[in-house]
Amino acid sequence: MDKKPPIVEIRNLCKTYQRGNQLISVLKDISFNIDEGEFLALMGPSGSGKTTLLNLIAGIDKADCGSIRIGGVEITSLAETELAAWRANNVGFIFQFYNLIPVLSAFENVELPLLLTDLSKKERRTHVETALRVVNLADRMEHYPGELSGGQQQRVAIARAVVTDPTILVADEPTGDLDRDSANDVLDLMERLVHELGKTIIMVTHDPRAANKAHLIKYLDKGVLNARPQTDF
Amino acid sequence: MHVLKLIFENSFRHKLRTSLTILGVTIAILAFGLLRTVVSAWYAGVEASSASRLVTRNAVSLVFPLPLSYKEKISQIEGVKGVSYGSWFGGIYIDEKNFFANYAMEPKTYLAMYPEIIIQDDQWNAFLRDRKGAAAGKKLAERFGWKIGDSITLKGTIFPGNWDFVLRAIYRGRDDTVDETAFFFHWDYLNETLKKAGRSWTDKVGWFLIEIENPDIAAEVSLRIDRTFKNSLAETLTETEKAFQLSFISMTEAIVIAIRFVSFVIIFIIMAVVANTMAMTARERIGEYAVFKTLGFGGFHIIGLIFGESLFITMLGAALGILLTFPAAEIFGKELSQYFPIFNVERETIYLDIIAALVIAFVAGLFPAWRAIHIRIADGLRRIG
Repeated sequence: MDKKPPIVEIRNLCKTYQRGNQLISVLKDISFNIDEGEFLALMGPSGSGKTTLLNLIAGIDKADCGSIRIGGVEITSLAETELAAWRANNVGFIFQFYNLIPVLSAFENVELPLLLTDLSKKERRTHVETALRVVNLADRMEHYPGELSGGQQQRVAIARAVVTDPTILVADEPTGDLDRDSANDVLDLMERLVHELGKTIIMVTHDPRAANKAHLIKYLDKGVLNARPQTDF
Repeated sequence: MHVLKLIFENSFRHKLRTSLTILGVTIAILAFGLLRTVVSAWYAGVEASSASRLVTRNAVSLVFPLPLSYKEKISQIEGVKGVSYGSWFGGIYIDEKNFFANYAMEPKTYLAMYPEIIIQDDQWNAFLRDRKGAAAGKKLAERFGWKIGDSITLKGTIFPGNWDFVLRAIYRGRDDTVDETAFFFHWDYLNETLKKAGRSWTDKVGWFLIEIENPDIAAEVSLRIDRTFKNSLAETLTETEKAFQLSFISMTEAIVIAIRFVSFVIIFIIMAVVANTMAMTARERIGEYAVFKTLGFGGFHIIGLIFGESLFITMLGAALGILLTFPAAEIFGKELSQYFPIFNVERETIYLDIIAALVIAFVAGLFPAWRAIHIRIADGLRRIG
């Protein structure tokens, strides 16, 4: 049987920032693949380029060179509006600080990405309810973010990330703002998404416990990707 | 719909700031509306003037009279339908502060040219019968508590002495653009009294009021009249009633310009206040806008949220300001009735209020919207936490 092509293919990726007169090379010649249904953890010290790499994969930042193919689409060649549409259909985001809209209920927050689709109101409701059931928050759908704990807010954010059934999920320090128990709940949930729903997750983390849940850990140090850590962090 | 809910909820996330901004817009629109109403009140006489009425006065100045004998000559000029006449009396009622317009005229022909002035038949007949009879506008009668049959004495300034009148009629306007604060009486009474006293203004009038057959021939008729009296002892200047009224306003034009200028300054100031509110709002929510963009929402949605909020705050303030303009104008109108006989909030003023509010909302949202759609998502997300 033929092996499926990787869902994420990154080749010779580089990114440079200008700070004053100085050019800082954040990512240097990064190449790797991620298979469908894989859970990858990106680790590395602060400033190593983890979030930048994640942003490039998620299509919210532009690379200076190299190629990023996700689900067969070369996203580095997409225009800004095409990239926005691509993100809406293919990427689910999980942020460190949940980034829920405080004036919308849990239901409305999860429904947000669906507003960009052609789904009817009834179909949207079905999708949102399913997503909230997956994260065990079906009974809190009318609650506002301010009425939920940090762990519950992060689970709402995960429901929002999966509600459009995206190609990949990107998570930037998803447990960074949570206590130990809530962090475990969120990590268990992410594991379930991979094992039960076959989701592909790319997670940036400082937390070794979180990284241990991943199938594969890659280390970034000074913009270079390694199979094992080069320095302590 | 989430967008409308977002706009509404976002508007009141900082209740105090939003309330103060709305209050500011309310006061600004109220002040703008009142100042525009003052300007309209200034021009009320011009607006109420008819295109088919001409005024002929002494070419040198209004303070110089014209011989009554001109009436017959004017009435024979081609295009003239009717001629009447009047003289400014300038009498004072009890005290100088009780100013109101008062003049002598030939009632039958004069009021025939003003169908907008309505007098009950019995009062009209009583007024015509009584040579010392006078007619006053409804607002003027209310101001001094005058009733039909009351004796009214005016102290002459141009024509010295105490002049006694009996109020025989109280007129009302056909609509709210008609001045209901004037006082008029028989020119014959003035003339006969002056004759008895051997005064110089006998058989002379301040102006002739001329009705023409067609407003389109106003310029030609005016020329014909003035040509008729060319090189006479009292040359004439004939103009439309509107131009005649405007000539009075031109004396105070600087004040009108100043009021107009101040009204726009108010709008400019409130524009800066709302722009500041929106700039603070957008700066605080830049992270949220980045989240929206991350989820795939485009610049159009972000612009919609920012302009929607700016529009909501401004229009709410403007609506309150417009609603308050009416009772405020009524109070102002009563207090200033001796200066502004007609003080009505015009429909154009409300349109201007709405346009001003829309401009405020648009300008206030412009910079925050530009900033929100141009910020990089990654930079926006870094603002959170």
